[in-house]
Amino acid sequence: MAQTESEVVQGIGSDYEVKYGFHVPEDYFFKSGRGLSHELVDAISSHKNEPDWMRKFRHRSLDYFLARPMPTWGGMPSLHEIDFDSIYYYIKPTENQAESWEDLPPDIKDTWDKLGIPEAEKKYLAGVGAQYESEVVYHKLQEQLTAQGVLFLDTDTALREHEDVFREYFGTIIPQNDNKFAALNSAVWSGGSFIYVPPGVRIELPLQAYFRINAANMGQFERTLIIVDENAYVHYVEGCTAPIYSTDSLHSAVVEIVVKPGGRCRYTTIQNWSTNVYNLVTKRAVAYDNATMEWVDGNLGSKLTMKYPAIWLLGDGAHGEVLSIAFAGKGQHQDAGGKCVHVGKNTSSVITSKSISKNGGRAGYRGLLEVAKGATGSKSKVVCDALILDDESRSDTYPYIQIDENQVDIGHEATVSKIGEEQLFYLMSRGLSEAEASAMVVSGFVEPITKELPLEYAVEMNRLIQLQMEGSVG
Amino acid sequence: MATLELKNLHVALEDGTPIVKGVDLTIAAGEVHAIMGPNGSGKSTLAYAIAGHPAYQVTEGELLLDGVDITAAEADERARAGLFLAFQYPHAIPGVTVTNFLRQAINASRKARNGGVDDPMPVPEFRKELLGQMDRLKVSRELASRYLNDGFSGGEKKRVEILQMAMLRPRISVLDETDSGLDIDALKVVAGGVKELVGPDMGALVITHYQRILDYIEPDYVHVFVNGRIVEEGGPELAKKLEVSGYEEWEEGKEAA
Repeated sequence: MAQTESEVVQGIGSDYEVKYGFHVPEDYFFKSGRGLSHELVDAISSHKNEPDWMRKFRHRSLDYFLARPMPTWGGMPSLHEIDFDSIYYYIKPTENQAESWEDLPPDIKDTWDKLGIPEAEKKYLAGVGAQYESEVVYHKLQEQLTAQGVLFLDTDTALREHEDVFREYFGTIIPQNDNKFAALNSAVWSGGSFIYVPPGVRIELPLQAYFRINAANMGQFERTLIIVDENAYVHYVEGCTAPIYSTDSLHSAVVEIVVKPGGRCRYTTIQNWSTNVYNLVTKRAVAYDNATMEWVDGNLGSKLTMKYPAIWLLGDGAHGEVLSIAFAGKGQHQDAGGKCVHVGKNTSSVITSKSISKNGGRAGYRGLLEVAKGATGSKSKVVCDALILDDESRSDTYPYIQIDENQVDIGHEATVSKIGEEQLFYLMSRGLSEAEASAMVVSGFVEPITKELPLEYAVEMNRLIQLQMEGSVG
Repeated sequence: MATLELKNLHVALEDGTPIVKGVDLTIAAGEVHAIMGPNGSGKSTLAYAIAGHPAYQVTEGELLLDGVDITAAEADERARAGLFLAFQYPHAIPGVTVTNFLRQAINASRKARNGGVDDPMPVPEFRKELLGQMDRLKVSRELASRYLNDGFSGGEKKRVEILQMAMLRPRISVLDETDSGLDIDALKVVAGGVKELVGPDMGALVITHYQRILDYIEPDYVHVFVNGRIVEEGGPELAKKLEVSGYEEWEEGKEAA
């Protein structure tokens, strides 16, 4: 505890540029040209040596993407400033995936060392996947989990080695034409994690994937598929960072999760992209009888994030939770939130959203709560709190609620508050600087969410918040 | 020995309204001063101005701590130099436990004293000190892991203010209406806690409307404060006199002037 606290303090002096915003020279196995076309889709599929059905799926998805109009809600106006022609859609940094950090090219290995991934793997993870540009360059799972039948692979390998189970679920939770960015991902997807947890297997330590963009104008489109079988449990954690460039990059992932009866899946994201990255992600889970799905979604970085992790409570007694933190600083727009759809009887859900905006940033909650006809005995609670740190910043709340069943118990609360001069004075009168006092108020504000994280990630989250608070005052 | 000097101190609100109109007062370590005055006399403004609240402007005069002018110093600099204000209405900080808050506050002062280099108090030492002070001040140990002042009763808030004082070891403490809202048992504990701290390392300024708290923290000096000024000074007997006669004598004078 003492050590982690002092690590927190040490982190305060550094900033994004030094810790995450660096980039290393490109010496890649393959880099596509800029722009999007059916030729590019063919090239990706060929590089991956994919079965024909996947190649066709990609082409059809590209047609859907091209046919669909851009959304006119959410991240306006900056969403319409994305230049799809300037993006590199596929970069394969190394020819083969490594099972040892030592086998990676030195620049790539140095990057992971700087980000602390190999060290975290030794200390508190059951498995790690590390994606660099378009491909997962390192992947490893503890041997005893492999012995128990757990699959934790990059998604491309899963397609090659476990095509049957892959094909059974792939694209079934998020159809390829679900939305414009899901269609884009379906056309050019590469990398991501595939997890299968057999019945009754509980993975006590988290599995982690880390996503790194290095090149300028990069587009990263990982695809994640998680299947938690009956009465099994997994906690999956993802983190991401990128260099700071003056031009924009695009990250557009699709994450599909199936939680079978009695199973439980917790999916934690600590999103810390640099502020030139568009982050447009579709995440959806289905939960069957008495299953539990939890999204813990921390959005601290990116230029624009549009992401609303969803849970379809299909089975009776299923439970869903979405905990969302959005932090928007200068030039950032976080359009975050969550969706819960009650279909089974006696299902329950809780959505807790905390958004913070400062230095002209815009953070908000956009959420959907839907109770279908027949979902009797359903309970749901939505709480969204916003903290605005100065007069230039903005918070928005869009809570959509649709209830088609009478026998339900629904609660919704929303608060907006400004950081109080009196609160700051009180803390400063105890010797804390204005920045320390503000960071303390903000850490307290998000505490209901950080307390749900394993200690290491709670420390990381608090440290990132303190970094965000640096220079925000005085 | 610590000394806080107020020299011809004038304080106004942000809109320019004068509230404190020329106060001269010197508080040294080992001394207890009481400022007694009716509601609306400017007592709390004086307390906030000493602590450095940005909404209260010192328009004339100066504040010296150990001879160093701190009139322009920010609240946090004053705190790290050894000033402490026990608030009449302590603020809640949801999500931040008493323990975490105290550890960060103590370490901020330790860092300042160590030339800006981190010098955190070792955790075992901190815990021992915290639990010892909580027991001494009869603060329930359960409060250590609760969020600071969030949902605390009035009495709990006041005790935790004194707990903060005991943990932060200031050299001059200002107590703003610490007696308000306390029952007699709580008052005894709180007053006892303050009395233990007063000595070679700390002096105190007790701001109060009523004489009650002064039965338990005997003041060395009593200053009667009406309409932004000290209008009479004396020893502990003055407090007893006020308890009987009230402030009318001076308030009428105000109207006449």
